[in-house]
Amino acid sequence: MATAVQTVERENYLNSNYGIKSWLLTTDHKRIAILYLISITAMFWLGGFFAMMIRLELLTPAGDLISSDTYNKLFTMHGIIMVFFFLIPSVPAVLGNFLVPLMVGAKDLAFPRVNLLSWYLYMAGAITALVAMVTGGVDTGWTFYTPFSTTYSNTHVIGAAIGIFIAGFSSILTGLNFIVTIHRMRAPGMTWRRLPLFCWANYAAAIIMVLGTPVIAITLLLVALERAFHIGVFNPQLGGDPLLFQHLFWFYSHPAVYIMILPGMGVISEIVTCFSRKRVFGYEFIALASIAIAVLGFLVWAHHMFVAGISVYAALVFSLLSYLVAIPSAVKVFNWTATMYKGSIRYNTPMLYAFGFIGLFTVGGLTGIFLATLGIDVQVHDTYFVVAHFHYVMVGGMVMAYMAGLHFWWPKITGRMYPEAWAKLSALLVFVGFNTTFFPQFILGYMGLPRRYHAYPPEFQVLNVLSTAGASILAVGYVLPMIYFVWSLRYGKEAGPNPWNAVGLEWMVPSPPPTHNFDETPVVTWEAYDYEHQPQEEVTVGH
Amino acid sequence: MATSDIGDIQVAERALQHHFADMEQQRDTSSFGMWMFLLTEIMFFGGLFCAYLVYRASYYQAFVEGSQKMNIVLGATNTAVLICSSLTMALGVRAAQMGKPKLMVILLLITILFGFGFLGIKAVEYHEHWENHEFPGPNFHFETGNPAHPASDPQHTQIYFSLYWAMTGLHALHMVIGIGLVAWLVIAGLMGAYTPHYYNPVENVGLYWHFVDLVWIYLFPMLYLISKKHGV
Repeated sequence: MATAVQTVERENYLNSNYGIKSWLLTTDHKRIAILYLISITAMFWLGGFFAMMIRLELLTPAGDLISSDTYNKLFTMHGIIMVFFFLIPSVPAVLGNFLVPLMVGAKDLAFPRVNLLSWYLYMAGAITALVAMVTGGVDTGWTFYTPFSTTYSNTHVIGAAIGIFIAGFSSILTGLNFIVTIHRMRAPGMTWRRLPLFCWANYAAAIIMVLGTPVIAITLLLVALERAFHIGVFNPQLGGDPLLFQHLFWFYSHPAVYIMILPGMGVISEIVTCFSRKRVFGYEFIALASIAIAVLGFLVWAHHMFVAGISVYAALVFSLLSYLVAIPSAVKVFNWTATMYKGSIRYNTPMLYAFGFIGLFTVGGLTGIFLATLGIDVQVHDTYFVVAHFHYVMVGGMVMAYMAGLHFWWPKITGRMYPEAWAKLSALLVFVGFNTTFFPQFILGYMGLPRRYHAYPPEFQVLNVLSTAGASILAVGYVLPMIYFVWSLRYGKEAGPNPWNAVGLEWMVPSPPPTHNFDETPVVTWEAYDYEHQPQEEVTVGH
Repeated sequence: MATSDIGDIQVAERALQHHFADMEQQRDTSSFGMWMFLLTEIMFFGGLFCAYLVYRASYYQAFVEGSQKMNIVLGATNTAVLICSSLTMALGVRAAQMGKPKLMVILLLITILFGFGFLGIKAVEYHEHWENHEFPGPNFHFETGNPAHPASDPQHTQIYFSLYWAMTGLHALHMVIGIGLVAWLVIAGLMGAYTPHYYNPVENVGLYWHFVDLVWIYLFPMLYLISKKHGV
């Protein structure tokens, strides 16, 4: 009898109904997460393609592969796609969408239809931006600095700005949904002190999405109006102030890097504690550090403008405030390492990526301190040093965390295990490839090579070749998971509800979870990350 | 229990979405969500308010001269119209809460009327500005009081008008959306969707309407009443 029951496939969110309509009109947070996963993966490859073109051009000192105009468009579109259409939605819209309701013990996010609307807005924004790119491209840099973007650029600035404007509302709605869900939809007993750190991190990021994104929306709207009607708000010839644009732009776009990194930190908190088999060290400190980063993040924007002509006193204050962000960030890094201390560490792929994150994020964070220092910033401003710093935080940090989370929760999302050996190889390739790509750029920048040029003096060629070689390794490291994740959908081993022997409500439901997540609303009576009391079963995967 | 009460509760139960435990949680959640949304709206308008502050501080005289082109009578009338509309909106929410759907529909219809009144008056003002070349861009033309000794640069007044059009335009767009939302409440109200057990859409649209009203309460003095004393 028992075997007969098992042959009937259990109902889950993937097989509850079929057909394109059941996906495009779904309000299930898990299916919307999958929609986001597919869309942002496509954007990632497009942005990655532009990056590869940039690296190929920089293989030789002369501008021989593409013209300088094309080069300007390539780095602009790489930036716009990666920042607004990949990094910002990556962890929140894919993993957050899937996991936040499961982790707090809810049947769905607070506003399921709004959640679906956010995906449609994302798609509308992405398509608008892509149309602008296909019909001629944009060459202003992802920062849209005025008056170049409003008056002088002969490219499709309005289309790209409107695309980002629309996608911004998708981000606002996701953030709004997370905040309301975490406040109002927690299961009985799921107190704030028991809330998984992943939720705390997404909550902090959601605060920034809700408060910051409307400002970039109105700013880009003004850029579009200025271009279309010449209203003069940012045009110095008409008395407008380009610095005002930079203030408004960075008021969002600096906190936006915390939108990108905070959810990644949440992923790392979950993984480090699970694969160390220990309660996370200093739960409260990690949780509140997320909030502290979100709040301080709003007070540091003008460190992007030290050489733009702001007053020296303002620069001093912003420099000091920027240092302060290092404190909660360091709290997290120290707490993760303290969690691992004397833990029984298992070296599965998610943990390898987490190691990568901690190391690379630390390098990225510390070079951020260099850049917040007024004297050093003047020296390395607009050089490859800034490019390297940013990519250490965003690719070395955030993309690593995204990959870590994707591997960690892949069994939950699909019900299948990925092939562990291949995954470990990919983690290694990504780590080696990443460092080979971007570490030389620190040196290039320190030696004074400015960014955003398609040609450079021949003495910089060795480091540039190294960087391009690294980018090729990195590309292989990203192609591999793409292949084996798809492969695992059909051939991967059945994962079971809890392959990592992890704690947390999401691991107590079957994989893939049923449409309504929980048959009965769970009642939480235990502390978060109670790994000491978790039975130490031998984990069968990956050995 | 009276039969109408049972009917009301049935309406409420139908309105309960599957992922909420009970009506109370649903109500709390939806109104919390609305407040969060209004927070994003404050930040959205905030960018324009910030630009206004910066340019008003830099080009005070130009802003004074721009604001003297405003029709204060029409602006004040519009302020009164909006305050009245907020009153009828609030009474409409109250009527929904008390279980008087017909009264609610009437009050909401009056609110819509006030809304159209506001937009009509605004359109008259826009038309005046358009005729006087007080729209930013190539056709913009502005004579300062004494051409021999211009107190301010007309281009700076153009920035005033850019902000005027952007801010009031964005506000008017919100009014249009608001009228649409109230109209939707009227239709749903006529179909008997709201009862004392379930009226949070009415409450939320009410919050939105008051917010849009409040934005105007700031816009009116900022744009119309900068200074009498410093004029020309």
